[in-house]
Amino acid sequence: MRIGNIFILCLIAGAIWGAIYTLLITLLALLVTGVEFQPQLWQGMVAGTAAAGVLVFQRPAGRDRRMLAMAGGVFIAGLLLLTGLQPLGTGLGRAILGQVVFIVLLAFVLVQTLHLTALDLGPGHESRYNVEVVILRFFKGFGLVFFTIAVALPFFVMVMMSLKNQQLLLSDPLDFSLDLSQGAAALFRSYIELFGQYNFGTFLLNSAMVSVATVAITLFFAVPGAYVVARLKFPGQAFLSRSILLIYMVPMIVLVIPLYAIFSQLGMRNTLWGLMLVYPATTIPVALYMLQGYFRGIPAELEDAGLMDGLTRIGVIRKVTLPLALPALASVALYVFMIAWNEFLFAFMFLDNVQLYTLSRGIADLNTAEVPRQHLMAGAVIATIPVLVLFLWFERFLVTGLTAGSVKG
Amino acid sequence: MRFAYLLLLPTFLIVLSVVLFPLLANFWISVKPVQLGDLRTPSILVNERLMDKLEAAGDEGTIRYRARNSSRRSAITDITLVDTVPAGLTILTVDERCTLQATQITCALGNFEAGQREDLLVTVAAEQAFIDAPINVKDTDPVLTFDPENILTSWQFTLDNFRQLFASNDFWPVLRVSIYYTVFGTVGALVMGLFAAQLMNMAFRGRTVLRGLFLSPYVAPVIAVAFAWVLLLDAGPGGTLNALLQQLGVIDGPINFLGQRSTTVQVLGFSFEFPVALTWVILFEIWRYFPLAFLFILARMQSMSKDIYEAAEIDGATPLQQFWYISLPQLIGIMMVLFLLRFIWTFNKFDDIFLLTGGAAGTRTLTVNVYEQAFAVSNLGAGAAVAVVVFAVLLVFAVIFFRFSPKDDG
Repeated sequence: MRIGNIFILCLIAGAIWGAIYTLLITLLALLVTGVEFQPQLWQGMVAGTAAAGVLVFQRPAGRDRRMLAMAGGVFIAGLLLLTGLQPLGTGLGRAILGQVVFIVLLAFVLVQTLHLTALDLGPGHESRYNVEVVILRFFKGFGLVFFTIAVALPFFVMVMMSLKNQQLLLSDPLDFSLDLSQGAAALFRSYIELFGQYNFGTFLLNSAMVSVATVAITLFFAVPGAYVVARLKFPGQAFLSRSILLIYMVPMIVLVIPLYAIFSQLGMRNTLWGLMLVYPATTIPVALYMLQGYFRGIPAELEDAGLMDGLTRIGVIRKVTLPLALPALASVALYVFMIAWNEFLFAFMFLDNVQLYTLSRGIADLNTAEVPRQHLMAGAVIATIPVLVLFLWFERFLVTGLTAGSVKG
Repeated sequence: MRFAYLLLLPTFLIVLSVVLFPLLANFWISVKPVQLGDLRTPSILVNERLMDKLEAAGDEGTIRYRARNSSRRSAITDITLVDTVPAGLTILTVDERCTLQATQITCALGNFEAGQREDLLVTVAAEQAFIDAPINVKDTDPVLTFDPENILTSWQFTLDNFRQLFASNDFWPVLRVSIYYTVFGTVGALVMGLFAAQLMNMAFRGRTVLRGLFLSPYVAPVIAVAFAWVLLLDAGPGGTLNALLQQLGVIDGPINFLGQRSTTVQVLGFSFEFPVALTWVILFEIWRYFPLAFLFILARMQSMSKDIYEAAEIDGATPLQQFWYISLPQLIGIMMVLFLLRFIWTFNKFDDIFLLTGGAAGTRTLTVNVYEQAFAVSNLGAGAAVAVVVFAVLLVFAVIFFRFSPKDDG
């Protein structure tokens, strides 16, 4: 009675998590300290199984703090014993304090994960429903760890590489430990050089200018357009609201040759004005589509009331509709900003003059053998931070705006 | 009604001029033999030279104008040259194509073929004033008027671009790579998005932070994340992933993830070529666009009514059954829309592959081929022809999309 299918499942989960966390935490220790640790996979697996056994053998009510600590202790003891006192693959003597921290961290996340996997269940026999619950919990935990690492790793590498120097990067590519004793100026040397010698200040300014102009122009055109499509009845309305969608399926690469040819002949190619014309033209349809969806959701009665009170149509748009649509306007503005800021193809094709480079164009030029790679990554960080900060700040807006109608990418 | 059109007019104009007109122009360019160099307008260059040394009054000499069509590819029509002979020189004879008015000669040179050069000879006699103060004949620049033939606006057409495109050995492989990339990239991003949405649909501490993190691949500039991946996957001494795998003892030597076309894989006695670079490019595509699918699927899931799940609980439906019989049917609509839109957008994608591999090692898609032909090989016409193919394939997708466009689009 005491031991059933849930107990077995949790043992399996303990084994898998034991191996996964041992691998991940050892790699983390390796990256952060630069000491050559080796993951002790099968030992972690066995110790993880033991910890799961100790924890889940208890009834759910009995799994208090003390119990969790005990399971953690069992894991650490098992790992130490099985690896011959080399839990991270090297003697305990090297960076002892760091090793202790990482092993405690390892035991903590492992026991927490197992505890959440088995929460309120076990160790006895349970129905299919609860078996599925345990299995799904395992996969959800696995998914969270997997996605977090997969998403964060390139960003982690980007930031860490930008703070190192070429020699260290090539000789010891896994050492991402930061030498804080060298002072801020040395640590951020790449950034200082980019702004000092590579004109990144100008690029940043150009990018900001083009993006803000694009947002302004887009809204200026799209707001009246969207209102018309959403509210007024006129011949061709249905056709219009459908063809808007079609326009955002036209690939940029098909437009780039003719625009390159035409802009070259008109002398508009190597200018920021050229970009400020092309970007809005590609974002207006998206913005129009997103906004018209939102305008449709605003009750027409409110506007009718405004009309009755003697406002003109323009007056109604300004005093009634726009204030109500403010969240949508914000999200569209953010989204358009994001597109313009991140745009690469046209900036790359059009701009030849270093003074006119946007960030995307400037970073493309850093990708040569002569420029050290930490500069390339520092450039990437500089381009990423503004748009990411803005996005995280207004995430709520953007999410509603995006899902309101656009799937452009 | 007039008000409606008035408000739409500016939008219509800008979209017309920057999207629709270039679209048509692309078709036009695709049937023209136009090179990148042709974008510079051809012109007539003239070199003027006094052939003889004039040492005493009465000496005769020849002034030679050598006119050349600077373009090697297009003709120039209606060329006229006007020049003033310096004071102190008496004009004796002029070329038969020229007329003389006081000291000014006007020559009608007619048409020049591409690269054609012509000489004009004018014989002069020196006066004493010229001997005393010689003037270089070059000091008076000849004035030229002509009508350059612009290959872009001429009525000269050719189907060579398309003929070459379909005849070339790599057209079909490129199309195949495009389709692989699109299908696996789209399906992968969708499946990952669905998985991530399931994770985020439960309440836990730090959910907002994680959701922001999950969306960041989509929000960050493509150039930043693409280069981060390039350095991560680098086969040289600084590549993080290779160093990591070697440290773990998984591989012996570095693998050129983005530069190796394929590797032979043995499965159950069958050996087949597994594309390495293409797989990584697809993984990048999935990594960058799963957030979008995730966002839409999550929004749809959060708008679902809870009642039906409660009823299912009471009836004893297990979590998997609930997902399979309740959630999934409700998600099919948004997933279809996402699939079709992402399919088209992945097919259109250029930046990602261009930045990761530049189209090398078996990763060249149609869109990268447009760039390759137009700007690397400098044959604008050929590039435009590939772009026409891109557009044609897309039109097929778009028709399908409108056929299946569901009413429920998130």
